[in-house]
Amino acid sequence: MRALRFGIPLAVFVLLVFFLGRGLWRDPREIPSVLVDKPVPAFTLPVLGSPDKKFSPADYRGKVWLLNVWGSWCISCQVEHPTLLALAKSNVVPIVGFDWKDKPDAAIKWLAQQGGDPYVFSVTDLDGRVAIDYGVYGAPETFLIDKEGMIRYKHIGPLDDKAVAEKLLPWIRKLNP
Amino acid sequence: MIALARRAGKLALLLAMILCTPLLPGGSALAQTGTYNPETPADPATEARLKALSLELRCLVCQNQTIADSNADLAVDLRRIVRSQILEGKSDREIKEYLVARYGDFVLYKPPVQGNTTLLWFGPFALLLGGAGVWWLLSRKRSLAHAEAALSPDDEQKAKSLLDKD
Repeated sequence: MRALRFGIPLAVFVLLVFFLGRGLWRDPREIPSVLVDKPVPAFTLPVLGSPDKKFSPADYRGKVWLLNVWGSWCISCQVEHPTLLALAKSNVVPIVGFDWKDKPDAAIKWLAQQGGDPYVFSVTDLDGRVAIDYGVYGAPETFLIDKEGMIRYKHIGPLDDKAVAEKLLPWIRKLNP
Repeated sequence: MIALARRAGKLALLLAMILCTPLLPGGSALAQTGTYNPETPADPATEARLKALSLELRCLVCQNQTIADSNADLAVDLRRIVRSQILEGKSDREIKEYLVARYGDFVLYKPPVQGNTTLLWFGPFALLLGGAGVWWLLSRKRSLAHAEAALSPDDEQKAKSLLDKD
């Protein structure tokens, strides 16, 4: 009886601590994307710097590629930039930039200031209309798209070397044997 | 008893450690959205429906605000999309489905009843039932204990004599 009297509240307490503790360590911004394992939403957007050129994800059928959402107004994109530059240099995967709600002039200037352009090219989504189809709610966000045009992985927030090594590269190796 | 106290002490320490740990800015906590942009209202009927719908949709940047309350850039964009879909003649349900397909159930302020939300929807009732069960068990035990605590024949005699005095 005594054991129950102490045991039950203690068990409840431990359970509570477990859930609260778990809640503390989980990132509330990391919303599991519903788009993973779905076909990449179609769009046709002008290319940054040469607006006459257009790009559609269908053009990259048969390739494994990354779509990286960024903007010159986005502070954490600066944090991510060196990682992207290194990844681009290693030639593992083409990175297409998705310049979100940005002014093209500011975007071009920003890329020069950041010490290089890691993107094969960037598309410009001036009013953010296409970003909504991608469920984008903050930059940076990175989508990994396979040869069949399916989104296989989404990274929310800045990519760092650890995320690239532990998450992206294994996925890319799997999709690009 | 000492072991129990020690364990409780350890738990309290753990709890204190958990509570005192500052929230480190996890990578994505740095994510952000762009600058303010204006929106153009439509006719009053559309705006009223937009308002009602917006109150049920979560702003994913601010998370604890609806898109009606928020002036975050994304909320403005979402309101604009909802408005244009209302003008296209889409039903509330279709608009919600459209957003759920892109942002997931999290975009809805009222979570749907489904597999992974059973605990959320029915947990409180289970707790209530559990509490009622415990209360019933305890009160039954108490009334049994009362019944057992009857007077001994000696005491009964004494009580009787006291009562009969007058």
